[in-house]
Amino acid sequence: MDFINNTLAVFPALLVAVPVVVQLALGAMLLALVLGLLIALARISSIKILRGVATFYLEVIRGTPLLVQLVYIFFVLPSIGVEIEPVPAGILGLGLNYAAYLSEVFRSAILSVEHGQTEAALSLGYTPSKTLWKVVIPQSFVVSMGPIGNYFIAMIKDTALTSVIAVTEILKTANILNSQTFQTTAIYTAAAILYLIISLPLSRVVVVLERKARASG
Amino acid sequence: MADETIIDVRDVHKTFISETKRTLWSKLTGRPHVEKRVEVLKGVDLVVHRGETIAILGSSGSGKSTLLRCINKLETIEAGRIYVNGHLIGYEERDGELIAEKASITAQKRTDIGFVFQHFNLFLNKTALGNVMAPLRDVKKLSAAEARNIAVPNLEMVGLADKMENYPSKLSGGQKQRVAIARALAMEPSVMLFDEPTSALDPELVGEVLAVIKKIAQQGTTMVIVTHEMQFARDIADRIVVMDQGVIVEEGPPSRIFTTPEHPKTRALLSRSGILPG
Repeated sequence: MDFINNTLAVFPALLVAVPVVVQLALGAMLLALVLGLLIALARISSIKILRGVATFYLEVIRGTPLLVQLVYIFFVLPSIGVEIEPVPAGILGLGLNYAAYLSEVFRSAILSVEHGQTEAALSLGYTPSKTLWKVVIPQSFVVSMGPIGNYFIAMIKDTALTSVIAVTEILKTANILNSQTFQTTAIYTAAAILYLIISLPLSRVVVVLERKARASG
Repeated sequence: MADETIIDVRDVHKTFISETKRTLWSKLTGRPHVEKRVEVLKGVDLVVHRGETIAILGSSGSGKSTLLRCINKLETIEAGRIYVNGHLIGYEERDGELIAEKASITAQKRTDIGFVFQHFNLFLNKTALGNVMAPLRDVKKLSAAEARNIAVPNLEMVGLADKMENYPSKLSGGQKQRVAIARALAMEPSVMLFDEPTSALDPELVGEVLAVIKKIAQQGTTMVIVTHEMQFARDIADRIVVMDQGVIVEEGPPSRIFTTPEHPKTRALLSRSGILPG
């Protein structure tokens, strides 16, 4: 019983970190969505340079660990005079990383919109760019909803990595508490449960989104 | 019939270059792979006047669909000229050379050409009404109310007054094709092009689509139909055009083509369809 009581007692202290996690996840997701779409468009562009730059970015991001990227932004960039506060650095690192993965979601979703619809739009007098923005991209967003949701949940869990760059999110708060009280089991159990409480409802939302996407398709 | 020319196709040539096959051997040796070139249009001339209904017949691979797609610049051409309402389609002419024109200018010209596809190509994320309204809003920049006022009568005309709020997934093939026809008609083009509009339909749904096309023809719309429906072509066309291997082999009124065809290819086509005795 002591274990349960101790765990419950730790919660209020950890809850303080939830707004930081929300801030990180929302900020990074916004960045990842915008940048991810741009990378996807660059990857399917007819301009060779754009394709090359986007592919290079994708390979660098996917080929290195997120943890290393965060450390790089926070500890290496200052050496060339770019100092970023912990939370913006976390948003930047997570956003740049997830943009690469989301770009692949967007790219396949864009390619999944059947070519016939593109031809129909062109035949009706849509310009190629209007076809992309009015016909193809709205439909690819619907297809992307489920995967985007899943990446969002993954990102919330990855916010824990920003503890190494001095962001006082849930894990960092737990570390601080632990060094003060040494209630290791209770503190980290509470932290794990807190992540579950955030991500489980979101998983349900993703399921609903996916069902809706299927229904309209 | 007025003699005003709507479509003027002059000596059009079109070659398809099949995708290069990357074999393991060609990768290892770095030797270029064989390119397969197929000349699908070998100098086609065709004039369509205002109010005319033209049916293009021919076996598969004769180039009839390609010709239709070229008229709307869905395919590029290598040589020749295509004019619709006096406008050169898809190109600018400089010193006798064809130069690709800006996409926005081609788009502008396409608003005057309605195209109906074999596979309907409806916007899947929009209702029947939404499909007809979309180009009115996005291309013609009409308000929602104005677009609606044009879209609704067009959907009623194709007999879909009760299906306007349905998404394509809740429509039969025949209904989808009628939405596609309404969508093209709503733009009030000078000419309607139909590319095998009933070839993807179940046999029992062909009739409803043909009935709509016939109705539009009777309203005096200029149209060109690529079709395999011989009886239908005979029924509604003012002129039959027969294509074979990239050229027009014969054209004339259906009354003559279907009874006394001159070209052996026309005779072969008609006897295969059971219209002429073999």
